[in-house]
Amino acid sequence: MDKRTNIIELKHITKTYEDGFSAVSDFNLEVKQGEFVTFLGPSGCGKTTTLRMIAGFDIPTEGEILLNGKPITSLPPNKRPINTVFQRYALFPHMNIFDNIAFGLKQRKMPRRLIEKKVKKVLELVDLEGFENRKTDTLSGGQQQRVAIARAVVNEPQILLLDEPLGALDLKMRKEMQLELKEMHRELGITFIYVTHDQEEALTMSDKIVVMSEGKMQQIGTPEDIYNEPVNAFVADFIGDSNIFNGIMTGKKKARFCGGEFACVDDVEEGTHITAVVRPEDVILTKPERGIIRGVVSSVIFKGIHYEITVESGKNEIVAQSVRSAAEGERVGVAVEPDNIHIMLAEDHTNIFQAEINKNFELEYNGTVLDVRLTDLVKGSRLDADGTVLDANGLELDRQKLRILVSIQPQDIRMTDEISEGLVEGYISNLIYKGDHYSYVIHTELEQDFVVDDEYLWNMEDQVGLIMPEPKMTFTVKR
Amino acid sequence: MRQLKFSRKMLGIPYAVFLLLFVAAPLFVLLYYAFSNGQGQFTTENLTGFFSDPNTLGTLFYSFGVAVVTTAVCLLMAYPAAYILAVSRLKAKSVLVMLFVIPMWINFSLRITALKEILTWLEGNLAYHPFFNTVVGMSYDFLPFMILPIYTTISRLDGALLEAARDLGAGEAQAFLKVTLPLSLPGIISGVSMVFLPAMTNYVVLDMLYNSTYIMGSLIGSYFAAYNWHGGSMIALILLAIICLFTLFTSGMEEENTRGGTLL
Repeated sequence: MDKRTNIIELKHITKTYEDGFSAVSDFNLEVKQGEFVTFLGPSGCGKTTTLRMIAGFDIPTEGEILLNGKPITSLPPNKRPINTVFQRYALFPHMNIFDNIAFGLKQRKMPRRLIEKKVKKVLELVDLEGFENRKTDTLSGGQQQRVAIARAVVNEPQILLLDEPLGALDLKMRKEMQLELKEMHRELGITFIYVTHDQEEALTMSDKIVVMSEGKMQQIGTPEDIYNEPVNAFVADFIGDSNIFNGIMTGKKKARFCGGEFACVDDVEEGTHITAVVRPEDVILTKPERGIIRGVVSSVIFKGIHYEITVESGKNEIVAQSVRSAAEGERVGVAVEPDNIHIMLAEDHTNIFQAEINKNFELEYNGTVLDVRLTDLVKGSRLDADGTVLDANGLELDRQKLRILVSIQPQDIRMTDEISEGLVEGYISNLIYKGDHYSYVIHTELEQDFVVDDEYLWNMEDQVGLIMPEPKMTFTVKR
Repeated sequence: MRQLKFSRKMLGIPYAVFLLLFVAAPLFVLLYYAFSNGQGQFTTENLTGFFSDPNTLGTLFYSFGVAVVTTAVCLLMAYPAAYILAVSRLKAKSVLVMLFVIPMWINFSLRITALKEILTWLEGNLAYHPFFNTVVGMSYDFLPFMILPIYTTISRLDGALLEAARDLGAGEAQAFLKVTLPLSLPGIISGVSMVFLPAMTNYVVLDMLYNSTYIMGSLIGSYFAAYNWHGGSMIALILLAIICLFTLFTSGMEEENTRGGTLL
């Protein structure tokens, strides 16, 4: 393994806000001296919060941060040898470029002559020689970005934190700055921790990528690992375009998904439910008789260097990238090389929630009484003449001591626009296309996430009611 | 269709008329009276008279003193108040801001009368401390005009700038001195000009507190009350010149600092 020492370690970091919202939970990370690490994830995944805790702007509610083995968890930002490049640069508008860059050095009471030398040198590094006396608002976005970087690196921090630093630049500028930052990282040898939601940026620049979602680390690895071996459907979907299917292992290195039986290289036990990921560039379109499955081309989009071809096969949809075009309506075969199929164990998406027992001994969730009799659930219990439920010993059931857990499968929950019809309401916080249906995550008003499968496309952030039929529910009684 | 053509310039006509009637014309009348005597002849007597009379000069310096002290007192009270209001995360923040604003909704003479009662109760006879009473009365009256612009500039300050300062090694005090204070300067300037200028002339406060002293405003009032329109006009004109100089000076400073924040 890598012999370099850990410069920073995050141990069981959790950040919960006063309103109960958990931005980051049980986050563990080790970063080695000189590494370029990227936190990647959609907005609200906790990546910026984690960065802010490393910088010292936020204090974790639980856990420990170690810098060179020493705890710095609650050290104020000015006492940490760490500097930040802010999202919108945060240059001081009342100072010129020189004073902006010299700010940190002046705080350390460095002699004037040395400051001038260092500022001049760092301005050369970011290609802004002679800009000392310019005002910040006379600079373009890209130039301001360079000043922000110069202002941070001039202090020779042990770690440089970059919070979506290229987010406000246009595409061309962003590409240039990506290369320059990478070059700068090599030249300076400082550890970089970079936050972005742009997967391409992460893949281009990083030594190590940390994929995050909903405050949790999903996967950590090199860009190649993350792209080729995603650990779950979220990572596969977030990094690059993917075809994601639910399936089952049907034999040794054989998997059935998308209406066909495919040979694969992962040796998973027969009968296991799996999620299969196939990158569009790995989908081979053939003559109908030579494909493993057959389908009809439903759309062809020219993308410059390739065509994006969508094939419909039964209820499934497969996206392929090909240098050769196809005609809409054409019948084609679809094949995939065994080592281009990535097999993951299917995640168990069973939704579990706790129901209350109300004073009439009925089961209740979110203020709605469920059509289930308690006597059917609790062994040996019976209904008294005055409506009290008695246990096997003839004593009144202790409502406080019983916990009723309800579980329901994603495909058994229905979403509805008529919010009042649902048992609970929430908004769609995530969606992944899985070949023949969408897998949704609904964040409810009771702060719980439900996974719901639905064949129709709903929009992110849609407010929906969740209809859960009682016959589909499974009840577990816990004492 | 030609006569219906409406150009944007025409929108300016009502304001031009207003300007002419209520700003330019009075100014000319003022100029005329200031530089003429009772017989309607041109004279600079009023001007030389003002600067050779120790009483009028004394009043000028006295008013200046009142205005400077009042402004300083307001600033010293308003800045910490505005700062705390702006940076606190209190849910009741808007209520606190209202507490400073609501007195402005109460009739001015009512407020001063109330203040008078309190001061009389504390001092016995108001005549013993004219300067002190004037400053207290004016500070009380003008305080919201100082708090609001400062509060606005501080609360609009980009929090990332303070974080950047902390990140670059500044402690809380340094971050305040190097970032918050210079960037709230536009609010301070705006507040100072909103307090300093009225404090030179607003003699109602002073009058209502049974004050025996004079400030510039009361001086002009007394000239007009004695039908000496020429002398009164000259003093008004001199005051106007002072105010113009002051505004030029502060707006020059604002120019330097407009990038730092927004004015109320």
